[in-house]
Amino acid sequence: MIYIFDGTFQGLLTAVFEWFERKPGKVVLKSTPIFQPEAFVESFTVSTNAEKADRVWAGLQKKFKKDWQRKYYCSFLSEIPEAYNHLFQFTVYIFQNQLGAESNYGNPHVIALAKYAKSVEREKHRIEAFIRFQKTGDGIFYANIDPDFNVLPLISNHFKNRYADQPWVIYDLKRKYGLHYNLTSVEEITISFSNGAGKQNLAPVLMDESEALYATLWKDYFKSANIVARKNTKLHLQHVPKRYWKYLTEKVPI
Amino acid sequence: MFDRIREKLNILADAAKYDVSCSSSGGTRKNTNKGLGDSHTSGICHTYTEDGRCVSLLKILLTNHCIYDCLFCVSRKSNDVKRAAFTVDEVVELTMNFYRRNYIEGLFLSSGIFKNADFTMERLLLVVKKLRLEQNYNGYIHLKTIPGASDELIKEAGLYADRMSINLEMPTEAGLKLLAPEKNHGEVIKPLAFVQQQISQFTADKKLIKHVPTFVPAGQSTQMVIGATPESDKDIMYTANTFYKNFSLKRVYYSGYVPISNDTRMPILGTQPPLLRENRLYQTDWLMRFYGFKVQEILNDANPNLDIDIDPKLSWAIRNMQHFPVDINTADYKMILRIPGIGVMSAQKIVQARKFGKLRIDQLKKIGIAYNRAKHFIICLDSPYQLKDYQGTQIKAFILAESQSKYLKTDSNQMILF
Repeated sequence: MIYIFDGTFQGLLTAVFEWFERKPGKVVLKSTPIFQPEAFVESFTVSTNAEKADRVWAGLQKKFKKDWQRKYYCSFLSEIPEAYNHLFQFTVYIFQNQLGAESNYGNPHVIALAKYAKSVEREKHRIEAFIRFQKTGDGIFYANIDPDFNVLPLISNHFKNRYADQPWVIYDLKRKYGLHYNLTSVEEITISFSNGAGKQNLAPVLMDESEALYATLWKDYFKSANIVARKNTKLHLQHVPKRYWKYLTEKVPI
Repeated sequence: MFDRIREKLNILADAAKYDVSCSSSGGTRKNTNKGLGDSHTSGICHTYTEDGRCVSLLKILLTNHCIYDCLFCVSRKSNDVKRAAFTVDEVVELTMNFYRRNYIEGLFLSSGIFKNADFTMERLLLVVKKLRLEQNYNGYIHLKTIPGASDELIKEAGLYADRMSINLEMPTEAGLKLLAPEKNHGEVIKPLAFVQQQISQFTADKKLIKHVPTFVPAGQSTQMVIGATPESDKDIMYTANTFYKNFSLKRVYYSGYVPISNDTRMPILGTQPPLLRENRLYQTDWLMRFYGFKVQEILNDANPNLDIDIDPKLSWAIRNMQHFPVDINTADYKMILRIPGIGVMSAQKIVQARKFGKLRIDQLKKIGIAYNRAKHFIICLDSPYQLKDYQGTQIKAFILAESQSKYLKTDSNQMILF
């Protein structure tokens, strides 16, 4: 049997609720965008229900501590189709077993979630490191990103605490939404770019006059800090994969 | 103006790059004053240079003018290089503007000694005070303690810095005497001990009084240059061990010597820096700090140098086959940590997972251990029955045959025909 949900976090939790109500036996969970009907398998479309989702989440919170709640949410943010099914199976497994079942690393779903969470946390950490703000003419510090996973919800607090005295915008070009900090709170925003804009870094006309100076100084610094006799391209690429280069000031040619 | 600041940055960043410490972890400063910056417990590497080293901090010298003439240092008095000095405001502006753009985690400020120790330390102190008090800056600051500076200055600096460090430079006193006759280890030990004593004083006060200012919250570190003088790995690691013990250092860094001088007492210009040796020393350092090894187990009179072809953990295991094979399902956590191919995270997962049932090979692989390496040293539920007991040397040959070292450019067993 296949359960189909809408791809939201609440939808996932509702699916678990529905399963426990019906107990239909073995089920595979898929999200609407990737679902393709199969001839000999029955399917059931889950209709997302906030109340049911809240009950499941409250139950999960009693089952494991903050660290696993975070792993659970991170796995969801990976947006990987198989991750949804693992999350579903994991939730059922957790409810059907004693407290502490999440530390059974011999269980395939436990290990899968640990892996997804690790990938998402790595991407989150990389984005925290690789974001390069450009100061705009109106004093906003602006950065574009297109991360592999949906990490904006995870990085919001980090940037809010760190850059408390400067307004900033971080925009996810892939998922078409961003975060805007206005010196008091962080809000979700969407920007409608005119033709071609937003694809690359900011146009020079929009930038603060000091921007070019500090970008140049940073490029210079990056070059000076390198020790040529120790050149190690493989290690360099391992730490700074090429897909991030387009947003890194020190890697973008002038 | 624009060109002058570029030139200064190039000179003073270039001169500072041989200091390897770039860690930004362990800071506890929180952005409570609506200012700029907030420390990240694990630290963040914002980029990596083409030699693969992390760039976390803006690492610069205040000046590369220096009254000393240490042979291993690019800024030595007799070296013919361009000299420059930043003003206090220039350093502050650079730090603030780089930090605001998320280029860096903070500032690493060191300096050549101009005039005398106190004069230099005062300038460094001016920079950090201005950042903390005038600019509301809460980012990371790593400050060099200048040997010979007065206790008052060092104590004040400790209130604003997150980490302080002084470099031992050479692993042994004899080595230091050879290359820097004006210096000795005693000069380094005195301020290290002073800062250490202050840290414990502040920590003790904190238990009694609620609002005690932080003092060097990320602790102290030091650095040794390796390969410039003929010390053995044992000399180096025993010194490191002593400093970890006596001064509760957070880190000891090992910096492979990059030839910068034609002096006959040191490796000549163009010699490759000892990268593999450096790597083995760091591995040993990790075994001491995170894997429960005593330095004497890894390096001793019978084995004064680390193996080049295999890592020190494997090397220890092969010399001590009497401890193996280890039963994954019953052994102590400490023993599991000592198995080659199993790291701290995997060891923890194994100990948690085996409560739910005996572990099999496929589960161990999924947990993430390096099974091809570990299989020679473990038994688990479905380990194949082995008739023969292999010798350590045979196991080493098996492992070397199926793994390829990233450091060996050409396979030494391969014969060249033409």
